[in-house]
Amino acid sequence: MSTMVQAIRMALHVAEERHDLTDVFGEDVGPPLGGAFTATQGIKCAWNTPLDERGIVGASIGLGLAGCRNVGEIQFCDYAYNTIDLLKLAGLQTWSTNGDWNVPMTILTPVGAGIRGSIYHSHSFDATATHIPGFKIAIPSTPRDAYGLLLSCIVDPNPCFFLVPKALMRVRSQPGEEIPGEPGDDRALSKLIDAPLGDRAKWQPQWPDTPDIFIPFGEGRTVRRGRDLTVVSYGRTLPLCKKAADELSQEGIEAEVIDLRSLHPYDWPRIRESVKRTGRALFVNEDTEISNFGEHLLRRTVEELFYELTAPPRLLAGAFVPGVGLADSLEMASVPQLPSIRDTMRQLAHHQA
Amino acid sequence: MSTSLRPVPRAPDSDVSPELLLRIHDLMLKSRILEERLIAMYKQGDGYFWIGGPGEEAFNVPLGLLIHKGRGPQYDYCHFHYRNSATLLAMGADPANAMRQMKNTVTDPYSGGRNFCNHYSIFEWNVVPITSTIEAQYAIGIGTAIAQKRAGGRGITVVTGGDAGTAEGDFASCLIWSSRPANPLPMLIVVTNNKWGISTPWSGQHGEKRISERGKAFAIESKTIDGNDPEVSYREIAAAMEYVRTERKPFLLEALVSRLYGHSSASGANAVVDEADCLKGFQKKLEERKVLSRQQMDELRQKYAQELQEMHRKVRQEPQPKGDTIFQNIFMDRDKVREGS
Repeated sequence: MSTMVQAIRMALHVAEERHDLTDVFGEDVGPPLGGAFTATQGIKCAWNTPLDERGIVGASIGLGLAGCRNVGEIQFCDYAYNTIDLLKLAGLQTWSTNGDWNVPMTILTPVGAGIRGSIYHSHSFDATATHIPGFKIAIPSTPRDAYGLLLSCIVDPNPCFFLVPKALMRVRSQPGEEIPGEPGDDRALSKLIDAPLGDRAKWQPQWPDTPDIFIPFGEGRTVRRGRDLTVVSYGRTLPLCKKAADELSQEGIEAEVIDLRSLHPYDWPRIRESVKRTGRALFVNEDTEISNFGEHLLRRTVEELFYELTAPPRLLAGAFVPGVGLADSLEMASVPQLPSIRDTMRQLAHHQA
Repeated sequence: MSTSLRPVPRAPDSDVSPELLLRIHDLMLKSRILEERLIAMYKQGDGYFWIGGPGEEAFNVPLGLLIHKGRGPQYDYCHFHYRNSATLLAMGADPANAMRQMKNTVTDPYSGGRNFCNHYSIFEWNVVPITSTIEAQYAIGIGTAIAQKRAGGRGITVVTGGDAGTAEGDFASCLIWSSRPANPLPMLIVVTNNKWGISTPWSGQHGEKRISERGKAFAIESKTIDGNDPEVSYREIAAAMEYVRTERKPFLLEALVSRLYGHSSASGANAVVDEADCLKGFQKKLEERKVLSRQQMDELRQKYAQELQEMHRKVRQEPQPKGDTIFQNIFMDRDKVREGS
């Protein structure tokens, strides 16, 4: 059973072996470290860059313009903010040339809270990413989805964001959600593809034979069926929503939980079908709540499904504060946690007009 | 004027033959008249904004003539800025297309009416989309140069920008990444220094004596040249390109140029009289050397002016894009990806 970081590594390996991935690069991405989260250990085309995010994004665009499928990593999304105009440029190369050029590039970056990362290692990026047209945006919540979504990003001819919830990096696959071909035993997989501590000069990974899995953009996943309300989430908050729904089931509340998986394009038909059936909608993510992507989904829900609703739709998102504070109490108060998700779901389920 | 770290190969003087001088003059003159026509289009209401490169022809025409034009990493990747119209003409671009972009017609091959004038994009020639940001090309060029280094051959990445843009971090990124000991890159890094950043003089904002001196810190071959002299420009660009093509290392070339119609239409787009005019200077030389007579040059100017005026009349009749096309080409379909991309 792989962790998400191992799944990412296996996807990069498959991409460099079978799908013309030419470059994986960023700060500490190459040997000896293989990534701050170890996501690039053992990848042959991984190399280290100067500590320069604008250089990383610029190089990624340039490689893409030269036809090289590449993955540029920003070590934490908090450090991508000084690259916004370059990201905007990446997103408009095809549009501004009326279809002349395309840029096959993926920006991989860890996002969100959950590791007590303090002010500059806890930002979310989904609200920002969804404000940059021209990008496709993936954000997994399971190792298998990480594997299949990253491969889809890499082979796509357009710029893609691959946002990795850092709180889920070490979470393992659930039974039945394995990547075909990976060893079922955690230690066996670790022995194959985790670099040893200490001197790694002679280490070579032994990759399991895993297949091509391409999870399409715009295809969400219903992780739990329910009749009473629809909960739409992604990334770190998705498993919390699932857990809250399981707990509320004991109170007789049956919540349907949708993992959006990609934010652009996104699976509106799945949301629409579910909300039409339940009449109640809650959108959950951890980015700051003003100009939040969940607000867009909520607005569309109101505009298109108003007469199907039996309660006002809700958004549960991060507090609109400049950063996520370090102290446990501050982080817990800044971004949605299990209790606040469960309480909001319960309130929505019981709401009477 | 040279601040070179060590001698670099010089193209022989004989490279600038009388025939080549005539060709350079022809292109410089045509480029100037094109820019004047684009300004006229703006002033006549046939465009919303003008920005361009009158005053840089003596450098930009030789640059265009020396570009190895084509598609893919064996040819030069061109990361130009919006003052490179003369370079594009020298490469063989149709001046009518510059007018189409000025008039934002649907026939504009560079952007389909979506972008400002002189924002070229030519896939077949590796001319990547020109942006209005004045510095991003220095960071983006890193990527095409990496691809070319890996591909081998003699293809290089040529990046151009102005002096004001060198204050941005992307210029530093370019110097750092192109000179990494782990993988030095075949990049010709050009700065055309017109000594202005919109309305702000260079002298009050930059303490460095020469921009080219910034290359020294990275052991990048660097030079400052008189970009108002087309013969000097031709020889120096040729020499710098040869160095980059063969050594597969970067070269920083600063060319001192003029800005003859101000920053853009935002500042009036009126003729500036107190800066050196490279075209006039070159024409004087050609006249003195009896390569061309004043009458021949005047006749040539009249001929091109008439040709471009006629083009303008035709372009004026071409349609604008339809508003409902705004959602087209946001993403590239996989089956529409062109060979070599």
